[in-house]
Amino acid sequence: MKIIVTVKQVPDTSGKVAVNADGTLDRASMQTIINPDDLNAVEAALSLKDEYGYKVVVFTMGPAPAEGMLRELMAMGVDETVLVSARQFGGSDTYATSQILAAAIDTYGFDDEDIIMAGRQAIDGDTAQVGPQIAEKLHLPQVTYAGDIKKDGKVLTVKRMLEDGYMTIKVKTPCMITCIKELNEPRYMTVNGTVKCWDMPLTVMDYEALKDHELIDATTIGLKGSPTNIYKSFTPPQKGVGMMLEGSGKETTDKLVGILTAKHII
Amino acid sequence: MSYNSADIAAFKNVWVFCEQRQGKMMPTTFELISEGRKLADELGVELCGILLGDDVDGIANELGGYGADKVYVCNSPLLKNYTTDGYTKVISDVVEELKPEIMLFGASNIGRDLAPRCAARLHTGLCADCTHLDVDLEGYKEFLRTGSSLDIDNMKWDSPLFDVNVNLKMTRPAFGGHLMATIVCPRFRPAMATVRPGVMQKRPFDEAAAKAVEIIHPEFSLTEADIETEVVEIVKAAKKMVDLIGADFIVSVGRGIAKDVEGGIAIAEAIAEELGGVVGSSRAVVDAGWISADHQVGQTGKTVHPKVYIALGISGAIQHKAGMQDSECIIAVNKNDAAPIFEIADYGIVGDLFKVGPLLLDSIKAAKANA
Repeated sequence: MKIIVTVKQVPDTSGKVAVNADGTLDRASMQTIINPDDLNAVEAALSLKDEYGYKVVVFTMGPAPAEGMLRELMAMGVDETVLVSARQFGGSDTYATSQILAAAIDTYGFDDEDIIMAGRQAIDGDTAQVGPQIAEKLHLPQVTYAGDIKKDGKVLTVKRMLEDGYMTIKVKTPCMITCIKELNEPRYMTVNGTVKCWDMPLTVMDYEALKDHELIDATTIGLKGSPTNIYKSFTPPQKGVGMMLEGSGKETTDKLVGILTAKHII
Repeated sequence: MSYNSADIAAFKNVWVFCEQRQGKMMPTTFELISEGRKLADELGVELCGILLGDDVDGIANELGGYGADKVYVCNSPLLKNYTTDGYTKVISDVVEELKPEIMLFGASNIGRDLAPRCAARLHTGLCADCTHLDVDLEGYKEFLRTGSSLDIDNMKWDSPLFDVNVNLKMTRPAFGGHLMATIVCPRFRPAMATVRPGVMQKRPFDEAAAKAVEIIHPEFSLTEADIETEVVEIVKAAKKMVDLIGADFIVSVGRGIAKDVEGGIAIAEAIAEELGGVVGSSRAVVDAGWISADHQVGQTGKTVHPKVYIALGISGAIQHKAGMQDSECIIAVNKNDAAPIFEIADYGIVGDLFKVGPLLLDSIKAAKANA
């Protein structure tokens, strides 16, 4: 009985982000973090593990340095990690990424009682597409935007959050659940875990390991297999600096409101 | 002939997924229909809505009033409530049969659940959370002229890989709003996009067009066995959600309210009430649990463009700016004169929101009394 969680290492977009002259992102200048929603998915898996004894396995696709992130996750309580990594996988859009991760998960194997989890979306692209697309490629039902998860045998009851409320959905395992930050508060690494994590299992699945899977084909992976391409990228325009008003007293707010009234803004 | 999304010549027309909940059309649908009309005109093709539900013909005509030529309506008790499986199957089957070249979904929690699933099944590309769409290359250049810092007149626009004049150009923020990217889906059809609610402008409603819209019931098959999830209940939030997207006046609070959270929110509420607006917030305020998530403006919250946006104690992280920089008039109050919010503010006051806020309220009240 296991829970597979897909996780992404992302640039920290909440801090300073440097953009190169050609409009691409200066990744070298940025810190990488574990995608925040993915941490909520890991926490959800670990709390189910605490209660029901699941084995928790994390999958990530990315370059070799993502190993550091995987060790951190094992220090939190994850049992095993898989790094899906190959030159051929580079440049994949969400469709191609899902195809590769689905092939990796399928190769690893899952059964009737297993759950696959993901964060709702990653902060670099904010697409929320890879979770549902992995589910589609594995022919699994999905519940996205999970705000609460309860388990009763092979049935999960999930609160699926909507803009104006929520739906309660029952779904049988195996299934895909994508998690939002309201679901829980991710735990920290333990001191013991930070020592132990270096001896815990980390497998690399490269192109050789996956190339015979039916989902893996030059026409469906990597830059060439991606249905979408970037046509242009650019930085949004900076609106010109407006008027800074002197002072911060009543005469200042009166002046501001005077201007707004004169311009019929209010 | 079986479905082959790479045979792009076989695909024609622009489609919009018309999301309804409990038999009521989601307002974003009308924005999408309006935008879809523009794209269909640029291509010289028809604009069609696709509407799923149980006995929903009655809400199909209104779509014509915003620009739809046809509405494909799929009625079934199994489609009454949204399920990923049921909706994905019906939409994918109808798309396979009728082959639209462009398909738009609202980027609601439901649209973002459904669209990726359909795109994966149909083997085509999907661009998430778009804020601008173009077919016409000249229109796209005009958009970039004001919407980017690119040197429009000295750039290369052609591509050896695809015809830039007929492919949908889908523009969206990435990396928390630090970058904008224009995405194309040149080799597969339909080119699919989810579109941010509140961004596209709704066209004026045309009564005659609403009456004239053609309603079609395409064949589809759906059985209980196709649906693997069970909707146990649908609960509407007890309190009324804040309508940030429709508001003319938004007074938002940021981390600056930390020393007196309730007091800070009360100041914003009082100003909002005086102006007939609503209260927004930065992500930090939502993350801290000081206000509910429906107030959040920004890349991960709502995109707004009110007449007036007042930012109280908001530093102006790029992820916040991405959601409000298109407001007609931005007023910022912040203690820190180097706060990035001042870079985009029309009017800035350096000061403590707890002092300036109440004064601003008094000034507005006085101005209204004199009007």
